[in-house]
Amino acid sequence: MAKDDNGGADTTAADSSSVARVEQSTGTSVVTRSAVGNPGFPPHRERVTDLDPKADRNAERTVYTLFYLSIAGSIFAIAAYMAFPIVPEDMGSVRLNNLFIGVGLTLALFGLGIGAVHWAKALMYAHEGVDERHEVRGTDVVRARAVEIFQQANEESGFGRRTLIRNSLFGALIAFPLPAVVLFRGLGPQDQDPVALLKTTLWEKGTRLTMDPTGVPIKASDVTLGSSFHVIPEGLIDLGHESKLAEKAKSAVLLMRLKPEQLTETPERAGWSYDGIVAYSKICTHVGCPVALYEQQTHHLLCPCHQSQFDVTNQCEVIFGPAKRALPQLPIAVDAEGYLIAQSDFTEPVGPSFWERS
Amino acid sequence: MTRKPMNPAPKARKGRKAGRRHPLASVALIAIGLLFTGGAYAAFSTTTASAESDANSQQTIDDGEKLFAANCATCHGLSAQGSGDGPSLIGVGAASVDFQVGTGRMPLQMQGPQALKKPVQFTEEQTAALAAYVASLAPGPAIPEGEVLDGQGDAAVGAELFRINCAMCHNVAGAGGALTEGKFAPSLADVSAVHVYEAMVTGPQNMPVFNDMNISPENKRDIITYLKYIEDNPSPGGLAIGSLGPVAEGLFIWIFGLGAIVALTVWITAKSN
Amino acid sequence: MTSVSTREPTEVKKSGGFTASAANYIDERTSVSGAVKELGRKIFPDHWSFLLGEVALFSFVIILLSGSFLTFFFDASMAEVHYDGSYAPLKGIAMSAAMQSTMDISFDIRGGLLMRQVHHWAALLFVAAIGLHMLRVFFTGAFRKPREINWVIGFVLFILAMAEGFTGYSLPDDLLSGNGLRIIDGLIKGIPVIGTWFSFLLFGGEFPGTAIVGRLYSLHILLLPAIIVALIAMHLLFVVVHKHTQYPSAGHTNKNVVGYPILPVYAAKAGGFFFIVFGVVMLIASFVTINPIWNYGPYDPSPVSAGTQPDWYIGFADGAMRLVPPGWEFVWLNHTYSMNILVVLGVVGLFIVTVMIYPFIEAWITGDKREHHVLDRPRNAPTRTAIGAAGVTFYASLWAAASSDIMATHFHLTMEGVIHTLQATTLLGPFLAFYITKRVCLALMKKDREIVLHGYESGRIVRLPGGEYVEVHQQVDDFERWKLVSYNDQKPLMLRPNANGKITVPEQVRAGLSRWFFEDRIAPVDQIELDQAHGAHHTEIEGSAVQPAQITDK
Repeated sequence: MAKDDNGGADTTAADSSSVARVEQSTGTSVVTRSAVGNPGFPPHRERVTDLDPKADRNAERTVYTLFYLSIAGSIFAIAAYMAFPIVPEDMGSVRLNNLFIGVGLTLALFGLGIGAVHWAKALMYAHEGVDERHEVRGTDVVRARAVEIFQQANEESGFGRRTLIRNSLFGALIAFPLPAVVLFRGLGPQDQDPVALLKTTLWEKGTRLTMDPTGVPIKASDVTLGSSFHVIPEGLIDLGHESKLAEKAKSAVLLMRLKPEQLTETPERAGWSYDGIVAYSKICTHVGCPVALYEQQTHHLLCPCHQSQFDVTNQCEVIFGPAKRALPQLPIAVDAEGYLIAQSDFTEPVGPSFWERS
Repeated sequence: MTRKPMNPAPKARKGRKAGRRHPLASVALIAIGLLFTGGAYAAFSTTTASAESDANSQQTIDDGEKLFAANCATCHGLSAQGSGDGPSLIGVGAASVDFQVGTGRMPLQMQGPQALKKPVQFTEEQTAALAAYVASLAPGPAIPEGEVLDGQGDAAVGAELFRINCAMCHNVAGAGGALTEGKFAPSLADVSAVHVYEAMVTGPQNMPVFNDMNISPENKRDIITYLKYIEDNPSPGGLAIGSLGPVAEGLFIWIFGLGAIVALTVWITAKSN
Repeated sequence: MTSVSTREPTEVKKSGGFTASAANYIDERTSVSGAVKELGRKIFPDHWSFLLGEVALFSFVIILLSGSFLTFFFDASMAEVHYDGSYAPLKGIAMSAAMQSTMDISFDIRGGLLMRQVHHWAALLFVAAIGLHMLRVFFTGAFRKPREINWVIGFVLFILAMAEGFTGYSLPDDLLSGNGLRIIDGLIKGIPVIGTWFSFLLFGGEFPGTAIVGRLYSLHILLLPAIIVALIAMHLLFVVVHKHTQYPSAGHTNKNVVGYPILPVYAAKAGGFFFIVFGVVMLIASFVTINPIWNYGPYDPSPVSAGTQPDWYIGFADGAMRLVPPGWEFVWLNHTYSMNILVVLGVVGLFIVTVMIYPFIEAWITGDKREHHVLDRPRNAPTRTAIGAAGVTFYASLWAAASSDIMATHFHLTMEGVIHTLQATTLLGPFLAFYITKRVCLALMKKDREIVLHGYESGRIVRLPGGEYVEVHQQVDDFERWKLVSYNDQKPLMLRPNANGKITVPEQVRAGLSRWFFEDRIAPVDQIELDQAHGAHHTEIEGSAVQPAQITDK
């Protein structure tokens, strides 16, 4: 069919667009005159459906059967919607509802899709067609006219000539979006400074350590060897929803008891633990995931997000993973009733590093 | 003959189904699993109860001591005082023995990052005797029984406590997770209520201890209730692909989703014969 | 255009009935006949790999359809409620209205869970299909002139698709996505100078605040989809303007495009394919759970689940964060420099930008200003293919790192060992992949040459009259040969002084890169070589020359 089109196509394309133009650079491409020639299209191969009327009828039957199946699938999906209602509190009914509506819809979609494709493949006219390509660029005439239009517009407006107008216009266009940047300041509360907020938590001198999520205070005697308690500051659960999560995101603490002799403590932190009980911020110093995987024999803490590991015996220094800083320690003591209390707030900001941190 | 080009599609679909089991098959499997675990559980709770009633008898303790000397003393020492190869068992209580021996973790097959669950090596009577012997050495957590194991607590409270205290290691759906240096928190699927309880009380290996002041027996019952709930109720969305979260989902869409679609594109563009 | 135009042209002639008058009515008001004339018989080449972009497009349509349904029920509010729906293990638990409404969609609206699963699976498929489509475009050189800009548009779509995915993932306000946002917060805070304030403004106060879900929601359903729709329209417009590329094949030239017309064959195939893709997504959604938020529970800053991971397409960034060794953070002049975050952002950013500008780099090196509509077979551009393989290896290592913990538990390895191994493969793997791929490509090109010159080894041994045994080589036919010889050959750039007699530094860089690209080259067989080889061949097995011909005939 289009075997001899190629030669023709080449010349017509060349005629129409590139007569007056220099051939485009081939760069480092190797162009040889002796390249093997394009043999043109291979002969067309007829399909069974083109040759055998019976096959053609079979294919037709397959296609409409698939479309009918699709209708059946749609009806099935509607029926399933009614036949498999969701029974409140019954998860099995949700499962069946999901399954059977889905199966009906799947049948409807596959019937349509496979039917249409089979129709196209087996029955529609199967000879390939050929389109000619033209260069993407406009023809020289069109391009010349475009340039002319710009020049005319420039002349008529004086855009190039009246430089003051032009430059002030650019200035105005650059200045005009700037107020939008200011508007975005309103995304955060006006009267707060994030840096100050990041440096304080709910913990203060005398705050009792309480259990997450109940808020029940913890006695030192409750914390047996090998235990770990997930701790929130007293009073957290009484806060309003908004500040509750924000405060919890800074003040969550993990409480563990080791044998006192297992703890290596620097002199300045000598009084921060109580009889082997230590409290560390649960918020990873890398990007802030809760570090709560406590291995009671190795005394390692592991962050499940990026695998930073901290050594509880050595003041939660990093032993593996991307975190750099040790988890901040909460200095604790025991009050008159035997409950664990904080000696003060954390002595450094908890959680991920930030620019203004130190 | 015209059927030929249709082949890839059904094949592709079949391939996907084979890779992920029939949905009803999984339902059936779960039902069978439930019957089985339920049965085993019933059998187990009766035996532990009867074992408990015998636990005080000196005869049982003596039997346990003999078993201990023969099977455990190499590592834990002749009087359970511990050695370089195994910790002291004085004061660990019957619960610890029942957990470690009852799940097959002890006796240890070989030294490794952690003791692995494997087929149980002792009969229930022998396990009970060992537990009675260790319990007789010093007071420690007893084997739980009764209401706390019945799974009739508050699943919502249990789920919340589970998320806070357990999910970081065991995964929110109890599918297990990695710890450091090759250790891992095991999957909680098919773990009996009594073993879950014992693990919380005794803190086997690297698991922290959750004593009754930390999580009250009532709350432990709630946690067991939650675990039983997720075991009894298969995921409403269909197959849970291991409850492993986005990694499993991502692999699934690449291999089965996009894989099937690429197979279909090949069919669509193949020349009809 | 599609539905209206399907019937028109033929029907108009046949009957003067309803169809004709309807067509006339519409054309008199829209001039649609012009569009049908221009586009209706446009040729589209047929190859499976050309459908990957369609998979992406169709998944996007599926996402729009299912997503619209979800918006009718979803409540993008972080106000605290106590769950009172069907799911027992969350009864009475405090959560945001967003989480509760997502729970209700899942468990209290018939078909709601199905739509949620369709939406999420289609989203995973969307990004995956874009990725595969980009790989196809890259490895076949389809990004060359005039398609560089369309590559950039497609690339931006890829980034936007990931942004859509991440914003959507965060909407239910469940524990998994909340920890994802926590990580984003930590990342942002690590950015020098602006980080702290940026996070503060994004979250409307301290993390997590009560604003983020609503903000992500308007991005997710309004801004991002609008940009995506506009860019998809441009992307497709350029496909129409450029006409589709085609693989090298007999009869295919740079000046034609061979395939089937849009009406009727392509309309049927592509239309049918939409339903097939939808069917596959629906099938998966009916049988396989995705994002079981009921397991995760509501977001709370204290708990976390083992195996906390982002959806797959963010995995490479998460993995990159896991691979950072300890200690990459320092304080200088009273400010904190979080190199453990900045290096990740820098490396991932550099990788992404390199992918985006690759077409321009290659065009600069080759200096080839011609249009290219016939694709390269990957082997015929060995250096590009090797670069692609190196990029894939790099990406795959980062991606794998995001599941380091799951690999550790499932293959009984240590987590530390997995991470150290992946650190090594991230750094060394790309070089190895580059080297191996390039050698394999060159070997395949040599094989192609061999086949063109001497034919296939037929495995048939023939005894010549003189008693000599030779293997009959079966010659390739002209059509097959064309695929093997018609590739674009490049040679290294020769450095020449410019008009001022100077060799500029950029030219030196370009020459260096060009040498690296094209030093190892295997030129395609030309006609002279072919004639020589065939002449030689005939004399070589003169006596049996008949036999290979017979074989070919069979």
